[in-house]
Amino acid sequence: MSQSTPDTNIDVASLVEDVNLARIGQYVLVILFIGFFLAPLETGIMTALKTNEAVARTIPLAPPTGEGFTWGNLQFALEQLSGAFFNSLFMAIPATIGSVLFGSMAAYGLTMVRWRGQMAFLILFLVGIFLPYQAVLVPLARFWNNIFPLASMLAPTFETLPYLQDYHSNLVPLIITHIAYGIPICTILFRSYYQSLPSSLVEAAKIDGASVSKIYRRIVLPISKPMFGVVFIYQFTQIYNEFLFAFTLITGSDTPEAVVTLILPAVGASTSGIDFGIRMSAAFLAAIPTLIIYVAFAEQFAKGLRTGGG
Amino acid sequence: MDTHETAEATTTPTEEVDWETKLRYFLNSDFVRSSPFWGIPFLVMGVAVYGGMGFNIAISLTDARGLTPPDYSPGNLDLEMYTQVLGSNAFLQATQNNLVLLVTFTTICLVLGLFLAVLIDQGIRYDDKVQTIYLLPMSLSFVVTAQLWLWMFNNNNGLLNIIVTAFGFQPVDWIGNPSIALGSIIFALIWQFSGYTMVVYLAGLRSLPDDQFEAARVDGASTAKTYLRIIIPQLKESSVSAAVVLMVFALKAFTFLYALTGRYRPPNGTDILATLMVRQAFKFGKWAYAATIATYLMVLALGVIAPYLYYQYRQGSL
Repeated sequence: MSQSTPDTNIDVASLVEDVNLARIGQYVLVILFIGFFLAPLETGIMTALKTNEAVARTIPLAPPTGEGFTWGNLQFALEQLSGAFFNSLFMAIPATIGSVLFGSMAAYGLTMVRWRGQMAFLILFLVGIFLPYQAVLVPLARFWNNIFPLASMLAPTFETLPYLQDYHSNLVPLIITHIAYGIPICTILFRSYYQSLPSSLVEAAKIDGASVSKIYRRIVLPISKPMFGVVFIYQFTQIYNEFLFAFTLITGSDTPEAVVTLILPAVGASTSGIDFGIRMSAAFLAAIPTLIIYVAFAEQFAKGLRTGGG
Repeated sequence: MDTHETAEATTTPTEEVDWETKLRYFLNSDFVRSSPFWGIPFLVMGVAVYGGMGFNIAISLTDARGLTPPDYSPGNLDLEMYTQVLGSNAFLQATQNNLVLLVTFTTICLVLGLFLAVLIDQGIRYDDKVQTIYLLPMSLSFVVTAQLWLWMFNNNNGLLNIIVTAFGFQPVDWIGNPSIALGSIIFALIWQFSGYTMVVYLAGLRSLPDDQFEAARVDGASTAKTYLRIIIPQLKESSVSAAVVLMVFALKAFTFLYALTGRYRPPNGTDILATLMVRQAFKFGKWAYAATIATYLMVLALGVIAPYLYYQYRQGSL
């Protein structure tokens, strides 16, 4: 586009040149930052596909070549993680559906229908978003282990269910926990959407004599489909990626009910150190579900993040 | 329907209104009619969040540790743990690290995010694709990104040391050296979060009317000046909400640090309140002690959230 020319007198041409230089500078910066954001991912993928010998010999950014290429790491990591994938999805899908439905209901009750004192309830929901989960970890552990051991109560039932083992019952407290702590963020996400809807919609239905629940089912649910997409994507990513609750409620990374995030920090570790080929393979496999969702629905994810916060 | 409710509320009990009418009004009010919708989620959430917080404070007043259940008899409840925690060096060190993390992480994320947002807002081609790439780390679990950075930080073959040695410097022990480990971790967290601040700022930038920029240009202001004097001051709201999210995250950050080592103890020199709390609870079984740290953490988080919510409320943007 622009050719570099030696300094000349100020004229229109050099002004155009100036603008172009700024443009080029912008693109250089954009590309540099693309490198910055992708470099850790790139080194990870490349390392996942290399033999140990190639990992030690080549630079991490370079793709594996010839002898240095292997599927072995990925295969090994997949074996380690396959059970955990089932556990993660078995936990994350119902937990997401639950918190999204509750969030939509709460947002409807707090937004579309007006009553005094809503603000106080809203603030209580908002604080729930920002609560550091450390503040409830000890109670959670006590509640699910000592006060209300739901997992061991459900274990015999789970044994009789198809595709499930008794240990999968340990995921039920985790599901309930995720639903409960996911409600505030889902509520706020839905609320921001319901607020943007014209109030005439609900008013008209009210004048026609529709009840509060009828308005929800017939009017609000159908028009909030796009928002359900946003909240579902956001919340699924959060729950699938979550670590702290799983860490608190599931006893260890070597238990059969452990979720993916719980196992990952231990994969490929041995007394001689970490096998990074295996560890990177496992990291990628663990990230695949959320990566697919992100690449397919980047706009929705960004929207959820913008309204909801990290 | 609104009017029904107001009417109900303003009737004073002394007035002899038929109680059946009152009850009927009340049951017909939107408050009651909509209560199953917000009430059930509120109950579930309330028990979990506020019940949990209360339970945590109750445990922190006991001396519970190990396998013996907490003893809630009045004689046993005191603030002893709170003074004990405040007097411990580990707690003070963790608080200090946490504040360093909070301030540097939040500041750099905001500045970098704003820079990226302005950069993308210059009419770059494929800006949505670029935005998707910049935001990509946010879609990954901290457990995953910790593994990626563990490899980046690796002493022998990590990319960072390859870059450093290519420039002729000695290889750096990024997370083994206590004096730079916290910096390394902040760097990795900035990598993950600056896409988020960018998205927040970008939304703010794009909601501003274009003509301001044009007007400034007509007045002869340079691009840099226009941004500094006119555009950025208007992004105050974006800055505040992003800063709150980042600060609260910095307070509760645990997963990334844990996943770096896979152990309760994070790399030397990076122990923060969240890691200290989890370690005291689940490694040593010092329940009351850990609950006390958690309460301090909660107070710090509320110290960030409360002014923010008040500010939002005053602005009428809640």
